[in-house]
Formats: sequence, structure tokens, C-alpha cells
Amino acid sequence: MNSSLIDYIQHLADNALIMAQRNAEWCGHGPVLEQDIAITNISLDLLGQSRNFYQYAAQLINESEKSDEATEDSLAYLRTERAFKNCFLAEQPNGDWAQTVLRQFFFSAYQFLLYKKLQDNTDEQIAAIAAKALKEVTYHLRWSSEWVIRLGDGTEESHQRMLTAIDELWQYTGELFMPAAYELESGFDVSSLKDDWFNKVVAVFEEATLPVPEKCFMQTGGKTGIHTEHLGFILAEMQYLQRTYPNAEW
Amino acid sequence: MVTSSNIETKKIWTILEQVTDPEIPVLTIADLGIVRDVKINGDEVEIIITPTYTGCPAMDMIAMNIKLALLENGYSNIKISSVLAPAWTTDWMTEDGKRKLKEYGIAPPQSESGPRKWRGPESFHVQCPQCNSSNTRCISEFGSTACKSLYQCNDCKEPFDYFKCH
Repeated sequence: MNSSLIDYIQHLADNALIMAQRNAEWCGHGPVLEQDIAITNISLDLLGQSRNFYQYAAQLINESEKSDEATEDSLAYLRTERAFKNCFLAEQPNGDWAQTVLRQFFFSAYQFLLYKKLQDNTDEQIAAIAAKALKEVTYHLRWSSEWVIRLGDGTEESHQRMLTAIDELWQYTGELFMPAAYELESGFDVSSLKDDWFNKVVAVFEEATLPVPEKCFMQTGGKTGIHTEHLGFILAEMQYLQRTYPNAEW
Repeated sequence: MVTSSNIETKKIWTILEQVTDPEIPVLTIADLGIVRDVKINGDEVEIIITPTYTGCPAMDMIAMNIKLALLENGYSNIKISSVLAPAWTTDWMTEDGKRKLKEYGIAPPQSESGPRKWRGPESFHVQCPQCNSSNTRCISEFGSTACKSLYQCNDCKEPFDYFKCH
């Protein structure tokens, strides 16, 4: 079995799951009811995407190991930090609303371009998951773009908060387009999306009256399992129940 | 040629037309276009469904309701399979389904299909299900369920749900 393909599918699943978990932290805490509902809707879409990818990864793992031990739940709840292959951007804290919507904008613009490409992938299951998810991501990108513009071109305070958020998050965007070995081996060079992504960011930032950052050092590691200190805390919360009460269902 | 398996398949479709969506009970799963195929393999009945939205939590319940409806009608060997491609679209919603949605107070998806633009205003106006005015505005891209967004009518002032084009 092609282990780099399994790694790649888990990477796609982990990205979606960790973003979903972060956004879900807003549940009941959104700035207004409509936006609380919006961010948790996005979280739910991402959770659904991660389930599709985990189910597929579990199927491939079981086929290669001739077992039935891997499930979507075991992959989400029983792997350790180093096994997670999500990008740095996904695990960054929510911060204020500016940081959350900017993180979503960077991520959705990336997912939008990625899924557009993956819907024609030779692997039929990856193509099917991507084609379906692309419709949802179009909404996420639209919603988050509008928020970046509203806050960037809003009051002095909201503009300042966006600047702080850009300062915080920009360093994690480079990793999205630096392919890990398993990405190259499974037949897709993500670096080819970089220019289109950058052009989308520039278009939205110009309307938002926000400066596009100068080239800076980009942090890398998440995709290969080297994470920031935040992921451990996310997993501790997310995995607590299954680890304390194995196989619990309700 | 009408075979016994054709008649059986037709009978099963009739049963499935009674199963409703748990979130929008005026719609049947047939109205929504969720059921993609019915297959009979020996004494096993296989129902092939497709999810509306990837993370839609109603799908598990719909699968269970399909099972229950078939059990009630004497089928015991039931398999529910889920397929992702081709991706579900609101184009599969029946005209009858759209009419029922509107009567229920939810604006049905406008005919413009496919994923929407990633930026910019809509090229169409959503019609208010209460007074039929097209003078409406979007309050939020996201509503009480994944498939809806929230609108308000500028004429009759009623807020309403819009079943998004997908």
C-alpha cells in the first residue's frame, strides 16, 4: 500500500479537523448570534470533510494491514501530537474575532484552490470529497473575505486589530505551499497554488485597506508532525473522553 | 418489460417517498434528491443515498428513518450505502418540493445552480416567501441549518430562511 497516500489523506483530514475544533470553541461565544451560528456552521462543514477523509484513510490502512482496527474515530481520537499532520495555521489560537476571521480567510482561500485542483484527482474518492467540499468552502471564503474587509476598512480599532492579526498569522501561511514529501509523492505539488492564493489575498487586502506584508521568514513543521505548543492542548481537550473512557459512545 | 424486481423496486421507492427530512419535515427525501438508487440483491435491499452537506448531522437520522420505514413494510435485510459523487445539488430538488418549501415559509433555491461566486453580490434577488417581493436582503450567509441562509424582506419586514443554491 502507498503509505504516502495515507499520510496525504490524513494531512487533509487533520487540517479540517483542527480548524473545526478551533472554530467550535466560539460556540456560544460569538460576537452576535448570527456570527456565532456562521462560525459553528463552518466548523461543522470542516468536521464533515475531516470525517470523509478519515474514513477513507482508515479504509486504506485496514486494507494494507489486513485488519479492521483503524476507524475515523481512532484516527481522530487516539493519535498523538507527532502523528498529526495539520498545518501550523490551523492550530493557532482564536485570539480576538479579527484573528479568527483572518485565519479562516487564509485557510479558506488555500482550501478553495486546493479542492478545485483535487476535484480532478486521479484518486476517485479524493476527487469526490473535494468536489463536494468545494461548494461549502466557496461560502467560507466569501464570508471570511467580507469580514476581513469589514474590519480592515472599519474603525481605527478594528483596523488596528486586523494589523495585529496579520502580524501574528502571516508567518504561518508560507507552510501551506511548501510541499511535504508525502504531498509530492502522492502526485500533487501544492507550491503551484501559491501565486493564485497571494493574488486573492492582495485583492481582499486592497479593498480592506490593509498592507500586504513584506517577505518574511516562514515557520514550517506542522505538516510533518512538529507542532507549536498549541496542538497538545487542543488534543488534550478533544481526546480526553475517548482516552479516559475508551470506546465510550452516546 | 415489467419484471417482478421492477415492481419491487417501484414499491420501495413509494415507501421512501414517505420518509421526511428531520429538519424540514415538509420535504421528503425524494423531494430533496437524496436517494440515488435502489438495488435488490437477492433478499437484500440496498438504498444508496448521498449527503446534502458534508457535515449534515441529519444524514444519520435520515438513514435510520429509511431503515425503520422499510422494516415497517416487511423488509428485514436492509443495507444503506452512501456515495459522494456526483455531489448533491439543489438542482435535484423536485418542483413539488420547492412549492412545499415556499408554503412552509422557506424561500426555495433559485434556479441558478452550481457553487456561487467566491466574492461579490448575488446576481439574483431572493423572493420573499410571504409577500413575493424581490426587495430582500441577506442578513447572514449561514442559518439554522447548513443548507439555509438568513434573509429579511425590505417590504413586509419579515425575516425568513432561504434554502441556498448548492
